[in-house]
Amino acid sequence: MVRTGWQGEWFGTVKADVLAGMVVALALIPEAIAFSIIAGVDPKVGLYASFSIAVIIAFAGGRPGMISAATGAMALLMVDLVKDHGLQYLFAATILTGLLQILCGALKIAHVMRFVSNSVMTGFVNALAILIFLAQVPELTNVSWLTYPMVAIGLAIIYILPRFTTAVPSPLVCIVLLTTISIAFDLDVRTVASMGDLPTSLPTFLIPDVPLTLETLTIILRYAIPLAIVGLLESQMTAVIVDDFTDTRSNKDRENTGQGIANFATGFLGGMAGCAMIGQSVINVKSGGRGRLSALVAGTFLLGLILILGDIVGKMPMPALVSVMIMVSIGTFSWKSISNLRVHPRTSSVVMLATVAVVVYTHNLAYGVLVGVLLSAIFFAWKIGQLFDMRSTISDDGRTRIYLISGQVFFASASKFVNAFDFDESLDNVTIDVTHAHFWDISAVAALDKVVLKFRRDATDVTVLGMNEASSTIVDKLAIHDKTDAMDYVPGH
Amino acid sequence: MNVLACIDQSSFAESVCDHAAWLAKELEASVEVLHITDHLAGSISPVDHSGRLGVNQSDELLADLIAIDEQRNRIMHQQGRLLLEAAANRVASQGVSRVTQRLGHGDLLDHIRSHASTADIVVIGKRGETVETTSEHLGRNLERVIRLGRHPVLIASERFQPIDSYLFAFDGGKSSGAIISLLVESKLLQKLKGTMLLVGKHGTELASHLGDAVRRLRSSHFEIDEHIVSGEPAITILETIENRNASLLVMGAYGHSRIRSRVVGSTTTEVILGCNKPVLVVH
Repeated sequence: MVRTGWQGEWFGTVKADVLAGMVVALALIPEAIAFSIIAGVDPKVGLYASFSIAVIIAFAGGRPGMISAATGAMALLMVDLVKDHGLQYLFAATILTGLLQILCGALKIAHVMRFVSNSVMTGFVNALAILIFLAQVPELTNVSWLTYPMVAIGLAIIYILPRFTTAVPSPLVCIVLLTTISIAFDLDVRTVASMGDLPTSLPTFLIPDVPLTLETLTIILRYAIPLAIVGLLESQMTAVIVDDFTDTRSNKDRENTGQGIANFATGFLGGMAGCAMIGQSVINVKSGGRGRLSALVAGTFLLGLILILGDIVGKMPMPALVSVMIMVSIGTFSWKSISNLRVHPRTSSVVMLATVAVVVYTHNLAYGVLVGVLLSAIFFAWKIGQLFDMRSTISDDGRTRIYLISGQVFFASASKFVNAFDFDESLDNVTIDVTHAHFWDISAVAALDKVVLKFRRDATDVTVLGMNEASSTIVDKLAIHDKTDAMDYVPGH
Repeated sequence: MNVLACIDQSSFAESVCDHAAWLAKELEASVEVLHITDHLAGSISPVDHSGRLGVNQSDELLADLIAIDEQRNRIMHQQGRLLLEAAANRVASQGVSRVTQRLGHGDLLDHIRSHASTADIVVIGKRGETVETTSEHLGRNLERVIRLGRHPVLIASERFQPIDSYLFAFDGGKSSGAIISLLVESKLLQKLKGTMLLVGKHGTELASHLGDAVRRLRSSHFEIDEHIVSGEPAITILETIENRNASLLVMGAYGHSRIRSRVVGSTTTEVILGCNKPVLVVH
């Protein structure tokens, strides 16, 4: 029987969701540990966060089938905070991030996402992939030579095993095998346990130990704002991807609020801020996960496994983790975008590359998106400014000229508009026909004023024809040329 | 006037056609037969538990999912066309001259909303393909269509029986008034013998409203008498249909919010479930 509404979201595909949730949980463990290492905190902080965020989003999120947990994008933003102020400030910042996101959800700003163009999104995922890869570099430099063959074996298992069977997660086989080898031969490689504490119990409620002062607020706000923005962006992008996969719609504002609630609570449980994960959501859908249940299973199964296998997880060699993270990085990167560089309009490629460059330079995805969005807007204005054309005809007696203007007149095309007129002609009458033009802003209005007044100075009578309604509203409000004492208002012209 | 007949692959499709044909003849209306292929129902996807993120994984997965859906929906479209063809023939063979077909996919409610301007009355089966044989459930779209409140809804019973009399369950609410206006304007049921039932007591304010309603219908040449009984609403309505051998029930529906209905139960649901006759409802 097909269920609809909330029942469908929870119990529509129980078996598939449970299995997919378990696959996701296995893939989440190495990621949560790796992202904790990126942020400079104990692995338990990322693992608790992944548990709490996945479980809360299962209930509060707006996109069933999407997986949220501790992420690399967020971890990268916390590095300085942890280094300069310590773990307690991270918890406080996580709570504040949640509050900001709840606010964004309440303000229903999800539709603002439409200003983030495809090129910016591609830049975002590519930058993310590059940063995840770069984060593995410290594990590959100045380490025992054994690391390299182990990573190679790990990658081989991950990529080749699925050709023979897709019943078992290949990253899991990679981890199990490398851990076994490393224990059996007592290999000299770093283990997860050497990177910090793993969870030994369920998370407990805690209030971050920070002074409740304005200074604390300013410190954490500086991190919470980009965390909130990047978290919402990645979640919205992931939600769009899952929407496409499942051919269903999602409630983006509910997702924003849900993520806020998840981060708010996670801060009190000793976890770091997180958001939706593109890679894990893809794995979930690929494994058959569609409903809310998969996220719930992923979160609980993850923590259950860690608590039961705690010691063994600690013995996991870092090369195994690195292999999995290289896979995540390769899977996140949009390889298609490289060949698209030749096909896509050059402006789109510039936007994408600029987004990547800014992120890789600043390690802050928020700056990259900001630059990308601004560049997209500027390029768009420039392109629309090209949609401008002027033709003119002169009467047989040479005394009257009619200008036919078509296209968009605004700040980016206003000077083009003015320069298109010939002011050196001595005419009795000029008619400017703007039926097919649109005046968008005060730059356009000022340009029209300038043209009319210039002609008037040369004792030419000007008639403006065919102002359409949209143009005339702005012109009526702002223009001065049609006011009787217009000349008095133009100083020193 | 236009009658929108919503059919699916269940055995109710034939009954819906017959009820729609009856309505169309009574109202001198056209019939549009609508079938929605639910693109989510039974969607099968490739299951790959490898947990591996390959190169361009998103694009590959999306392409796979689209290919599978495409194949599935192509079959569903073919089946849908056949179903519609058969349904339209069935309606036309009963003497309805204007019959159109429409195939859609997605959510039935979205389609009914977008047809708001063309449809005047909706016919839908009591149950559909998802709960075809479980008599303790109503179809999953039924309550949603009624609550949408855009149209009067005729709920088709399992099999169409000739309709010669009706029972109007009057509750004095807004929807009762809406039904009376509908009947007066469309002259639907004018030729049939009707009974207006109030579950309540004589001499109350509701009883005097009942009197007004009956007088209003009679002044429009309806043949209707009134009947007041006290008792538990759902049970009394169902008993009266049996006793009077009415072949159609007319009532206002879902006067209460969804939440209240969940908690205290809904008289409407109880009556529709228990009634083996077609039900004409207005929200």
